[in-house]
Amino acid sequence: MSAPEINAQALGHFGPYGGRFVPEALIAALDELTAAHESALNDPEFQRELTQLHATYSGRPSIITEAKRFAEHAGGARILLKREDLNHTGSHKINNVLGQALLTKKMGKKRIIAETGAGQHGVASATAAALLGLECVVYMGEADTKRQALNVARMKLLGAKVVAVTQGSKTLKDAINEAMRDWVTNVANTHYLLGTVAGPHPFPTIVRDFQRIIGVEARAQVLELTGKLPDAVLACVGGGSNAIGIFHPFIADTSVRLIGFEAGGSGIESGKHAATISGGTPGVLHGTRSYVLQDKNGQTVESHSISAGLDYPGVGPEHAYLNDIGRAEYRAINDDQAMYAFSLLCKTEGIIPAIETAHALAGALEIGNELGPDATLLINLSGRGDKDVQTAAEYFGLPL
Amino acid sequence: MNQALPQLFAKCKSENRAALIGYLPAGFPNQRSAKKIIKSMISGGVDAVEIGYPYSDPVMDGPVIQAASEQSLANGTGAEDVFELLAHSAQLGAPSLVMSYWSPIEKYGVAKFAAAITSAGGCGVITPDLTIEESATWRDESTRNEIDRVYVVAPSSSDARLKLVSAQCSGFVYAASLMGVTGTRESVSGNASGLVAKLRTTTQLPIAVGLGVSTKEQAREVASYADGVIVGSAFIKIIQQYGGGRKGLRKVKELAQSLSEGVRNGK
Ligand SMILES: Cc1ncc(COP(=O)(O)O)c(C=O)c1O
Repeated sequence: MSAPEINAQALGHFGPYGGRFVPEALIAALDELTAAHESALNDPEFQRELTQLHATYSGRPSIITEAKRFAEHAGGARILLKREDLNHTGSHKINNVLGQALLTKKMGKKRIIAETGAGQHGVASATAAALLGLECVVYMGEADTKRQALNVARMKLLGAKVVAVTQGSKTLKDAINEAMRDWVTNVANTHYLLGTVAGPHPFPTIVRDFQRIIGVEARAQVLELTGKLPDAVLACVGGGSNAIGIFHPFIADTSVRLIGFEAGGSGIESGKHAATISGGTPGVLHGTRSYVLQDKNGQTVESHSISAGLDYPGVGPEHAYLNDIGRAEYRAINDDQAMYAFSLLCKTEGIIPAIETAHALAGALEIGNELGPDATLLINLSGRGDKDVQTAAEYFGLPL
Repeated sequence: MNQALPQLFAKCKSENRAALIGYLPAGFPNQRSAKKIIKSMISGGVDAVEIGYPYSDPVMDGPVIQAASEQSLANGTGAEDVFELLAHSAQLGAPSLVMSYWSPIEKYGVAKFAAAITSAGGCGVITPDLTIEESATWRDESTRNEIDRVYVVAPSSSDARLKLVSAQCSGFVYAASLMGVTGTRESVSGNASGLVAKLRTTTQLPIAVGLGVSTKEQAREVASYADGVIVGSAFIKIIQQYGGGRKGLRKVKELAQSLSEGVRNGK
């Protein structure tokens, strides 16, 4: 008797990366989600509803701001900021959340769960749940509930339940573990609204498709403003959703460099970092194959970063692939470099960025100085820094 | 193919009973005690042993196995300890498998891992988070090394999926009794018997049920429709409560004896 044929083709691979490494219990839900997403892509009614929410709720299109005073510190390169920080709830995370929340409704599920590091994805999820009348539970590492206390309060005000996860490193990685356990148990009525381009197929594809709007808008905006494509597009990389969102529409534009900035923590050589591509190796984590911070036994190593949203030992599989084929570059920015850029943007442009985003801004200082005044850099300003005021005040020694 | 599991299930069938399969993570509470615990399990009546490879991110496991894995990893447990305990268990005469998340296997090297299972005298590997779509290399290497491939199916699996996955299994099919993580439960989920019934229409392989079984009564109930009963968290809880010393070992043996009566009274 010959075994029935297995179709591995369709399962979300990016070269050797991606795929599905999950308990069989989740396969039906992942298949259902894949089908819902594919039908939504071709469903004018779904697209109209999403576009309507963007226009009347989250505030799209987001604007481009030219950062002239900041640019003086970046080798005089022209610096264009894509202002995802101005979205409702304060970051790019809402783009993905609104899309997946509509998918949840389409699938007839009444409850969403989410993981969050910085709290931005949790806040966005709690917001969409309130808007659409869904029950919402957010898993957050206990360490992160402390450093992002403001966002914990916001989620609770929005009616979500926040579960502080006390296992392991008590950060984003452990929050994802708990969310997966909840999902395995409650999958019949629950959608796991994953917040980044990691996890098993179809998440890396779905989240990318909902974040692509950043790059689609920005590409047209930059062309209109400057008459040409930018020389480089820059973004910070945690799981990689804001980066893939702005990179993806530029992938075919081979003259445009795509550069992701990972969290270098105390420096890659210190071992205390979250620079997964720069300092990790290929492996499997949270249902996908990608670069992972792991030891010789395949055990995940704890990551470190001043930024809760980048403090993750994995990264989206599409980034791993773009790195390996040389289409995108990834560099590490350490805590001090990020905090310098954070402060610089505050004082030169009157914009307080998220500490996650500050990694991309530090990258802009580096790349601007490398490319010089003729270069135009497009930077994804992925979020605002209200949530980080406490951390920044402590870092700079300001009395509160 | 390796005959250890087929022989065990044939023997149990001839005795009109289900097989009792016990689980313990390597290196828990430490490697020396783990060896004694395995011995107590087997002398109490455990027929086959699953050695768990502790992993940093065990998303299929509840608090009991999470805590045991964390403790074991803190002891520095690695692949060599897993193979050592596997060899120990096999030498005591029980068909012995490894249960491992995929990450440690991939990192160790799939071919090397399969070969090490064979050299240790192990008969198979249970892979709870390896989907059949990602299994091409594992299929080749497990076949080459003549070890059984056990996948875990769930109550949510569609009929088509059950057919596809069970066709890739050998030794037995692992049926998760419920939607959820490992851990002891008040009662065995009503989903389990339905899942086993569905599996019977797609596979000739023995079917073992795990997740949530901890008492003799539950073992008896599961043995009434399944070929194997898998117990993990209940053994670990004993060690967490009584330690890996004499008292803990006695309690482990008593639980094994009682479960072993359970699997003999189901049919
Ligand atoms: C403002 C902001 N930027 C970036 C990130 C990192 O996530 P990703 O890499 O998925 O964009 C986060 C995550 O919390 C965030 O809040």
